[in-house]
Amino acid sequence: MTLSDPKVYLSLLVFLPAVAALVLAILPRLADESYKWISLAVTIFVFVLTLGFFRSGGAVDFEAGVAQMQNLFNVDWIPSFGIQYFMALDGISFPLVVLTAFLSVLAMGASWPINKHVKGYCILFLLLETGMLGVFMALDFFLFYVFWEVMLLPMYFLIGVWGGPRREYAAIKFFLYTLVGSVLMLIAILMLYFNSDLTRLDAQQLAEAGIIKVAESANAENKFTDDAKAESALADWLKSDSPLAKRYAEITKEADPTQRKQLHTFNILALQQMGQHTDLFDGDALWGKSVQWWAFLLLFIGFVIKVPSVPLHTWLPDAHVEAPTPISMILAGILLKMGGYGIIRICYPICPDAGYDMAYFVCFIGVFSMVYGAFAALAQKDFKRLVAYSSVSHMGYVVLGMGVWSAVADTGFNPDYWKMGANGAMFQMIAHGISSAGMFFMVGVVYDRVHHRDLDKFGGLFAKMPVYSGLAVGIFFAGLGLPGLCGFIGEVFVVLSVWKYSYALAVISAAVVILTAGYILWAIQRVYLGAEYKGPHGEALTPITMRELSIGVPLLVLAIVFGVYPKALLDYMQPSVDMQIDRLAAWTEINHPGGSNKLGNENGQVADAWRQKINALQSSP
Amino acid sequence: MEPVTLQTTVNNLVDNTLYESLPYFRPELALCGTIVLMLLVRVFKGGELIPPFFIALLGSITALIVAFPAEGFESWMDMQREEIFTGMLVYDSLTAFIRIFLLSFAVLFVILSQLTGIADARDGQDYYALVLGATLGMCIMASANHMMMLFMGVEMASVPSYVLAGIVKGRQRSSEAALKYVIYGAGTAGVMLYGISLLCGVLGAAHLPTMATNLAALDIPQLLTNAEGRLTVMVLVLGGLMLGVGLAFKLSAVPFHFWCPDVFEGASAEVDAFLSVASKAAALVLLLRVGAGFGLTTAEDSIAAVVDHSAVIAAASDESTTPLQHAVLTAQTSVSGDSTPVGGGPLSPVRRFFVVVVSIMAIVTCTFGNLAAYGQTNIKRMLAYSTIAHAGFMMMAIAAAIALAGRDVVEARTAVSALLLYIALYLFMNLSAFAIVAFLRNEMHSEEIADYGGLIRTSPLAAVMMTAVLVSLIGLPPLAGFWPKLRVLQSLYSAGGPLMTFVLVAAAFNTAIALVYYLRVAKVMCIDPEPDTRGAVSLGFLPAAFVFVVSVPVLIFGILPGSLANLTDLAVSQLFS
Repeated sequence: MTLSDPKVYLSLLVFLPAVAALVLAILPRLADESYKWISLAVTIFVFVLTLGFFRSGGAVDFEAGVAQMQNLFNVDWIPSFGIQYFMALDGISFPLVVLTAFLSVLAMGASWPINKHVKGYCILFLLLETGMLGVFMALDFFLFYVFWEVMLLPMYFLIGVWGGPRREYAAIKFFLYTLVGSVLMLIAILMLYFNSDLTRLDAQQLAEAGIIKVAESANAENKFTDDAKAESALADWLKSDSPLAKRYAEITKEADPTQRKQLHTFNILALQQMGQHTDLFDGDALWGKSVQWWAFLLLFIGFVIKVPSVPLHTWLPDAHVEAPTPISMILAGILLKMGGYGIIRICYPICPDAGYDMAYFVCFIGVFSMVYGAFAALAQKDFKRLVAYSSVSHMGYVVLGMGVWSAVADTGFNPDYWKMGANGAMFQMIAHGISSAGMFFMVGVVYDRVHHRDLDKFGGLFAKMPVYSGLAVGIFFAGLGLPGLCGFIGEVFVVLSVWKYSYALAVISAAVVILTAGYILWAIQRVYLGAEYKGPHGEALTPITMRELSIGVPLLVLAIVFGVYPKALLDYMQPSVDMQIDRLAAWTEINHPGGSNKLGNENGQVADAWRQKINALQSSP
Repeated sequence: MEPVTLQTTVNNLVDNTLYESLPYFRPELALCGTIVLMLLVRVFKGGELIPPFFIALLGSITALIVAFPAEGFESWMDMQREEIFTGMLVYDSLTAFIRIFLLSFAVLFVILSQLTGIADARDGQDYYALVLGATLGMCIMASANHMMMLFMGVEMASVPSYVLAGIVKGRQRSSEAALKYVIYGAGTAGVMLYGISLLCGVLGAAHLPTMATNLAALDIPQLLTNAEGRLTVMVLVLGGLMLGVGLAFKLSAVPFHFWCPDVFEGASAEVDAFLSVASKAAALVLLLRVGAGFGLTTAEDSIAAVVDHSAVIAAASDESTTPLQHAVLTAQTSVSGDSTPVGGGPLSPVRRFFVVVVSIMAIVTCTFGNLAAYGQTNIKRMLAYSTIAHAGFMMMAIAAAIALAGRDVVEARTAVSALLLYIALYLFMNLSAFAIVAFLRNEMHSEEIADYGGLIRTSPLAAVMMTAVLVSLIGLPPLAGFWPKLRVLQSLYSAGGPLMTFVLVAAAFNTAIALVYYLRVAKVMCIDPEPDTRGAVSLGFLPAAFVFVVSVPVLIFGILPGSLANLTDLAVSQLFS
């Protein structure tokens, strides 16, 4: 029970906010201000804990450049249901965890203007943080689902109690949409669970799934390639007295494969291995479609509601507009990322066959959201609604980047462009987390002063609040995707990768950049530029305070740092993303050797150019 | 063979009753003793000084203690099914579990009644006697193995409930509720009795396993080929449906639910808790017993004295139709394309009929209950519809269990375990919801949802606990209500087939439908302003403590449901075998 144990460290990280919330609930009545300070201290402490992972060489650290899961641990939670308390971090989840902890600190800082029922607010905020951190760390499908649902109730009340005039409508809409999504997810979880079978995995795959522990070999290169070592680890595991090992041994004792029972699991990593290496999920489910086809569809709908993509996005403008500023920051900065995270962590690796079939559909949804969101943003009169629709548009890049299945026969199963797309999507998630949280905060700063968000009544803020306006313009440019700022990297990666997948989608998605520039520049012009502020409460436009500055500046600094030096992020992220895409490309090569990307590439130009290059490489000595 | 004389028959009967059956019947005897004691104690001088609450509490605790298995719960693992009282009742681990459940509820309920003050000094005896009498009836319902006991159990549970619904004197709504309940109950009881008589007439027995044996011997597929046989089947179907009417009334399943909202609104909240938890639980187990009783044959070891000999000989003479238990129970792969795979065997048509009827009724009940709850302004009416919806959800588990029972006994047991887990957790959820409603009624004399506005500010404990309970009723993790729903969905998935898949999807979507009306109450309590007409509301220490004790399990079992799940798994470990 020391902090050097990942079990303790990760659990502390996740549950500290919840414990603090419980303590706050029990504490006798304090001054409102003290609740805010305590909560801020807790969020800062959690953030410091996540920073602890950067301390290389420590017992619990996160090494850059490692693709595999790190700090993995696995404890039985509810053995009779086969549910485990199973967490770890890899390059996909780690940046999101840090982002969550970071934005929680800033959002708590942005909560100072909240004066109604502060105690309740702080309790719910901290519970929300536990849910968010848990979602990104959980590797047991059920644990993931539980954390996913844990967030709903605090979010409902945070919007419903502290929101704007139509808060109750917005809150219930948010809740209902997400709940429908999670109900679909639950059905998909059951489908996958009942078709899973741990006994079909070999020792190597069990090791990958974190079920058996292979001793660390001195040579890190062949840590997982050593079959014999994995076999011996499996034998050791079977001798241990873990209930799962006993079940495994009991089931594998049955020699006749037709009589053998299945050992179901909720382990996401094991499900990924099954999806990629076995035919467990290929059975017919309904109407001639396979289990994984349905599971993918249900999961995808569930996640896309959260992302949100058109046409399931309608909860988002309402929720964003009605939510108080800090909650909008959390919503846009983190909650939307859960959808993207679910797609890359769960949908594709577990159901590759369905993902392959539906790749074009997924990409189309992404592009459609980008276009629709951008046009909708252009049409808004409400400043916050504009930012909300910009989120719909920007998250479209994420869906598109993940869906670019360009590793097909025509391209010689070259995964490079897909990797570029997936990395771009992941980068876009972080970048959007920074820029959209910043944009919502910037809207909040001015709303706190003039109590309206009508774009037509703004103008001339630069003259009254120069520092604020400079900061805001910088952050809005980051959202726009100006080169040198964080938004650029993700967008350009995604758009470039699509070129190798479908010309049509690539052209459209590149054109969206113009629309984005249009609505953001127009918004900047209407709000910040102009001669004089003529709207209501002009006298309240006081310069930005220190507190607001200390929230806005870190966001802008990060936006610049990631824009200028994206390696800072990619070093941590890329190995894991690349490994996953490599695996899926290898899977495609085995399962669809002759298949081609029919819809995206009818003229064959891409393929020809690629073939020529391959041939040239092969012919040269 | 010894000649059968009257003397030996009587001796056997006495031996069987005294030494074999009665020891299993101790908790029920304790209840009987308590009732008699409570009614007679006032006859003696000074007897009226003993508060009836103490007698009721002591009696129910005694009954609960003797209901616990002496060798610990592990002993359920290999507890064999026993028929007691010459086949009238069945004693197995399911009986044992449900009896502990009902008696635990009785203990909590007696305490609740005392705390809310519904049973005052003058009415106390009557009230507690009725409660314990109804509990006794429910115990019998849950262990019925004979059509007569089935009917008696239902009536023993119902008649005291009619009176309880109208126990608050001088309130018109209360009397109206009781009258409605009586009329409805009497009507359905009559229909059920007629159905039973049809079934018994065709099958020549009233002992459930014997009826199943005879039913299997009838060879239904063969009967359907000729006109006369079709008539017989029609009578059987009619009898089965009429029996179902009586059960549906107890379950408040659509379309026999009309009494439920009115009775719940008219009766006091405490009585509602009793009706919604204990009565439903007993009715669900009875439905399971009927389904398993007619759908599976377990008659091999039944007591020879009550078996109709001619039927057994007739069945045994025809080797091909003798439904050997293991032949029925061995897993048989269903024919692909079968819309509701229920396994093979001579009783598979019965199971299919049961599964289709119950699952369709369950979907309708669940969906209707959830939709009708939307428009309610009275909390008790809303909870009544919520009860209807939950009963529908639980019936799905029974449909899944019977569908699986012929194919995969282990999965079928899991389905029953899901049902028991649901029942057990439902106790905490509904008891605490109704307890809060009752305590608040005492404080603010209103049961309108609108009057709960801003409760979080004057009575935070009640509001927070009520919110937790309501969210748990929706079935969101990490609260307890999620796990049984999950288990039921799992069972439905493993039951397979288009019908069950449809039930699964309907069940899952009902979770989303239910969200809005439960959350509305939470919203009123936590977000809305206080109504002007209401003063400060605060629960006393004891009521608050009671609410805390019954709702904290909702949180604890939400995070650690393992122990309870193990218990329900143990309770079903010998079922269907």
